[in-house]
Amino acid sequence: MATSITVKNLTKYFGDVKAVNDVSLTIEPGSFLTLLGPSGCGKTTLLRCIAGLEDPDGGEIYIGDKLIFSHAKAISLPPGKRELGLVFQNYALWPHMKVEKNITFALEIQGMKKEEMQERVKETLEEVQMQGYEERYPREMSGGQQQRIALARMLAYRPKVFLMDEPLSNLDARLRMDMRAELKRLHHSSDATTIYVTHDQVEALTMSTKIAVMKDGLLQQLDTPDAVYHYPANLFVADFIGNPKVNLLNGVVVGNRCVRVGSFELNLDTGHASGEVVVALRPEDATISTQPVPDAVEFNVYSVLPSGSETTIVASREDVEITVKEAGVSRVKMDDKIWLKFDPHALNLYDKDSGNLISSKN
Amino acid sequence: MASLETSVERSSSSYWLTTVRRFVRWLTRPHVILSLIMLLLMYYMIIIPLYRMLETTLTWQMRDVAAVPGAELGGFTLYHYIRMVTGALSQIYLYTPLKHSLTIAAGATVLALAIGGSLAWLVVRTDMPGRNLVNQLAVIPYIMPSWTLAQAWVVFFKNRLSGGTPGVFEFMFEQSPPDWLAYGPVPIIICSALHYYTFFFLFVSAALMSIDSSLEESGELMGASRWRILRKITFPLVLPAILSGFVMTFSKVMGTFGGPNILGAPVRYYVVSTMIRGSIGVGDRADGFVLALVLILLSLLIITLNQRLIGTRKSYETIGGRGFVAQATKLLKWRKVFFVGVIIFQALVIIIPIGLLVWSSFMLQDGNYSLSNLSLQHWIGERGTIYNHGEPGVLLNPKIYKTAWNSIRLSLWTALFTALFGVLLGYAIVKGRGTRLSKLVEQLAFLPYVIPGIAFGAVYIAMFVKPLGPLPALYGTFSLLVMVSIADKIPYSSRSGVSAMMQVGRELEEAAQIAGASVWRRFKSIILPLTSAGFVSGFLLTFISVMRELSLIILLVTPDTQVLASQTMFYIENGDQQMANIVILILIALVTLGSFIISRFRGGSLKKGLGM
Repeated sequence: MATSITVKNLTKYFGDVKAVNDVSLTIEPGSFLTLLGPSGCGKTTLLRCIAGLEDPDGGEIYIGDKLIFSHAKAISLPPGKRELGLVFQNYALWPHMKVEKNITFALEIQGMKKEEMQERVKETLEEVQMQGYEERYPREMSGGQQQRIALARMLAYRPKVFLMDEPLSNLDARLRMDMRAELKRLHHSSDATTIYVTHDQVEALTMSTKIAVMKDGLLQQLDTPDAVYHYPANLFVADFIGNPKVNLLNGVVVGNRCVRVGSFELNLDTGHASGEVVVALRPEDATISTQPVPDAVEFNVYSVLPSGSETTIVASREDVEITVKEAGVSRVKMDDKIWLKFDPHALNLYDKDSGNLISSKN
Repeated sequence: MASLETSVERSSSSYWLTTVRRFVRWLTRPHVILSLIMLLLMYYMIIIPLYRMLETTLTWQMRDVAAVPGAELGGFTLYHYIRMVTGALSQIYLYTPLKHSLTIAAGATVLALAIGGSLAWLVVRTDMPGRNLVNQLAVIPYIMPSWTLAQAWVVFFKNRLSGGTPGVFEFMFEQSPPDWLAYGPVPIIICSALHYYTFFFLFVSAALMSIDSSLEESGELMGASRWRILRKITFPLVLPAILSGFVMTFSKVMGTFGGPNILGAPVRYYVVSTMIRGSIGVGDRADGFVLALVLILLSLLIITLNQRLIGTRKSYETIGGRGFVAQATKLLKWRKVFFVGVIIFQALVIIIPIGLLVWSSFMLQDGNYSLSNLSLQHWIGERGTIYNHGEPGVLLNPKIYKTAWNSIRLSLWTALFTALFGVLLGYAIVKGRGTRLSKLVEQLAFLPYVIPGIAFGAVYIAMFVKPLGPLPALYGTFSLLVMVSIADKIPYSSRSGVSAMMQVGRELEEAAQIAGASVWRRFKSIILPLTSAGFVSGFLLTFISVMRELSLIILLVTPDTQVLASQTMFYIENGDQQMANIVILILIALVTLGSFIISRFRGGSLKKGLGM
C-alpha cells in the first residue's frame, strides 16, 4: 500500500531567488520524513511542489513509479490526481461548511455512495477522536479541534501520501505535545508515506524516521534523527539541531589526535585534518567534576541555569565559553571552579573553511 | 490532456511538443484564462471605443466634406484640433467652457471639502449629540440624483429669465432674484458641492478614525494650542484622504452634466460637458470628441498629480493601526449650537429641496402660488390637455412606466454584470498576483476611472455607430446603455472584487484542489459562497448608482431607450417642469428603497461601494 516518493534535481525560482535549489531525495515507502530548516529555507516550497501547488522550474518528481512531474517533458499532474493529502498550517477548513461537509467534499468528488460516505465520516472522526462533531462549523471549535478535523479531512479519502505543512505550529505548547504523540500513532497505524514540514527541531527529532535539513533552498543532510543529531554533516546542521545549542570551538590541529583550543588541548581522531578546524561538542557530552581529575580541563562557572530535570551550566576559560548539561539539580554555583572531561568519541571535527564534517567518532 | 501526456511520453519528447504543452498548461490555468477573457472584454469595452474616438477626431467627417473644400471623407486631418484649439471659434467651443468647468470644479471641490471635512470632524472627533444620526444623514444627498438640488434651486430661485414665471423666492419676498443667484456658476458650485461633499465626508472620517489620538495628545502636552494641533498634526495626517476626495470630486464635477445644464443653459453659461452634448447634438461629432479628450486628459493629469503628491512616503494609512482611542474634543456650551446647526443644514439639503419638488408638482401652472392653482393634473391628469404637450399625468402615462421599467432593467443588468465582472476580475487579479498579466488586467480595469461620465458616453457613440467585429451597430439599442454602464463601473467592480477575493485565503482553494475538485467546482463550492456577501452588497450599490446616472447615458438614449434620469432632463428642456419634478421624485423613491435594502443587508454600506 505504502508508496515511495522520489525527487530528482528539483529547482524552483521565485523571481531571481532559488527557493528550492537542485534538491534530490528518495523517501522510502511508509517512512515519516521531516523537512526541517529555518523559515525561508525552501521546505514549504518543496512540499508544495510535491503537492502540485507550485510549478517547479526544473527536475522530476515520482510517486512510486509514476512520473507526476517532469520539467523536461512538461508533465505536471494536477494536485487532485496525485493521490495525496495535505494538512495546512492554518488548517484551511472551509468556514461555510459543517465538519461533515468538509470531510465528504473529496469523497463526493470521488463519487462515493451516500451510505458509504456516512460510514467513512464516522470512522474518520473516531480516528481523530472527534465523534459527534459532524454538525459543527469550523469557527465553533477550538484550534486543537479544528486541527483534528483538518486531519480527518485528509484521512477520509485515504490518500497514499500524507503531506503536512507545520500542522502544529498554531497550537499551544501543551496541545502540541499531545498531538505529536497522536500524529506518530496515526502514521504508525496508517503506514502512509508522510512528509512533514517544520522549523521545530524537537518535533523533527521526536516524530521522524528520516530528517532532511534544508537551508537556502539546498538540502544539507538527509538521515535518521539519531545520525542528524550525533553526526551533523556540517556546522549549520550541528548548530541548528540541539537545545541547548552545540558548542562550536575554534581550534588548530597540532598533531595526530590532538587539537589545541585556546589554552587547552583536546584528544580526538583528527583523520586527515590539518590547520584550522572547528570542534563540535554537545552539552551533554562532558562530564563535570568539582575536583581535579586526570585528563580534565579546569573552567570557571560563569552562570548556572537549573530547569528541574536538568541544569545548564555555562563555563568559561579565558576566551573559550562552553555550555554543558547535568542531569537533575546541580550543586555547582556561580564562580565555582569545575573540571570538564570530554568524551573523545562524542566530539565532531569540522573544516573551518567549508564547514563540513571531517571526522567523527567512527 | 491525460492521453496527450502518455502519447508524448512514448514518443521521444521533441522540443516543440514540450513547448506547446507548456504553453497549453500555462493557458489552461484558471486565472490565466480568466485574465485573457477579461482583457479581451475590456479591449472591446474600453480600448476600441477610445481608439475610435481618437480616429474620428483625426479624420474628415461627412459634414466637413460639404463645408471644407479639399476634404476627403475618412482622410487624415488635424482640422478638428486646429478648429477647436486655435480656430476662430475656439474661444466659444473650448476655452470659455473649459474655464467655466475649472471654475465650478474648483469651487465645488473647495466648498465640498469645507462641508464634508467639518462634518467628518464633528462626527468622529467631538462630543456633539446625535452623531450617529448625522453620520447617516450625511450620505443622503449623494444617494439622490445629482441634479435634484439644481432642479429644486430653479424652483426656488428662478427669475423670469426662463419660462417667464416667478420662483418661490420671488413669491415670498416679492423681489426677483438677480441672475447671478438664480443661474450660472454660483448655484452650480453650491449644488454640486452639496451633492459631492459625501466623498470628503467618507474619506476624511475614515482617516480621522484611523489616527490614534495620542498623536494629538502628545502635541497638547507640549503646550500647543488646539488650532495649532489641528493645523500641524491632524491636517497633515488626513491630507492623503483629502487629496483622494479632491481627485474624485474634481473629476466627477468636471464630467457632470445635469446640474450645469439645468442651471447654466438659461444664461448661456456653458461648461465642457454641456458643450460636448451641444456639439454632438448638432452633428459635430469630431468636435465633441476633441472636447471629451480634453476632459480625459485633464482628469489623467489630476490623478497623476495626486499620486505624485501623496506618493508612498506620505501615506500614513497604517498609523495607529491599533484601532482608535480617539479623545472627543469637548464642544462645551457649543454642543447644542453645533447640533442644531448641522440639523438645519441637513434639512436645507434634504427636506427642503424634496418639499419644493413636491409642492411644485401640484401646481397646475408653474409659478402660480395661489391655492386654487393646486391640482393633480401632472400626477393623474388626462391625455390631450393643454398641459405638458398633451401628455397624460405621470401616473397614467404609459411612457413613464416604460421609462421606469427601462431604468430598472438597465440597473439590474448592469448590477448583475458588474457583480460578475467583480468576481472574475478579483479572481484573475488576486490569483495571478505578481505576474505581469495580472498587473495588466488591474491597470486596464482602472482606466475607465479617468474617463469622465459624459466623455465615456461620447466614446461609445464613436464605437457603435458602425458594426464592430462580431458586434452589430449598437447605437440606439438598450444593450449599448448596459454596456457603457458596465464599462463605467469596471474600476469599482475590480476593486471590490479584489478586496473580497483577498479575504479568502489561498489555502482554502488549494485544499479543494488537493481533494480533486475541478476549477468549476472550486469556484462554485468554495470561492463563490465565501465572497458572495461582498458581491450582493456590491450588486445593490451598483443598482442604485446606475439608476441615477445621467451624464454617462445622456448622449446615448433614444426615445425608445429613455430611462427616468434622462427623461427628467428632456422634460426640463421641454419646459414641463412639474413632470420633471415628479419623475425625479419617483427616481428618489426607487433609489431610497434600494439603499434601504442595502442597509438591511449584512456588510452593505456606501463606503464599500466606493471601494474603500
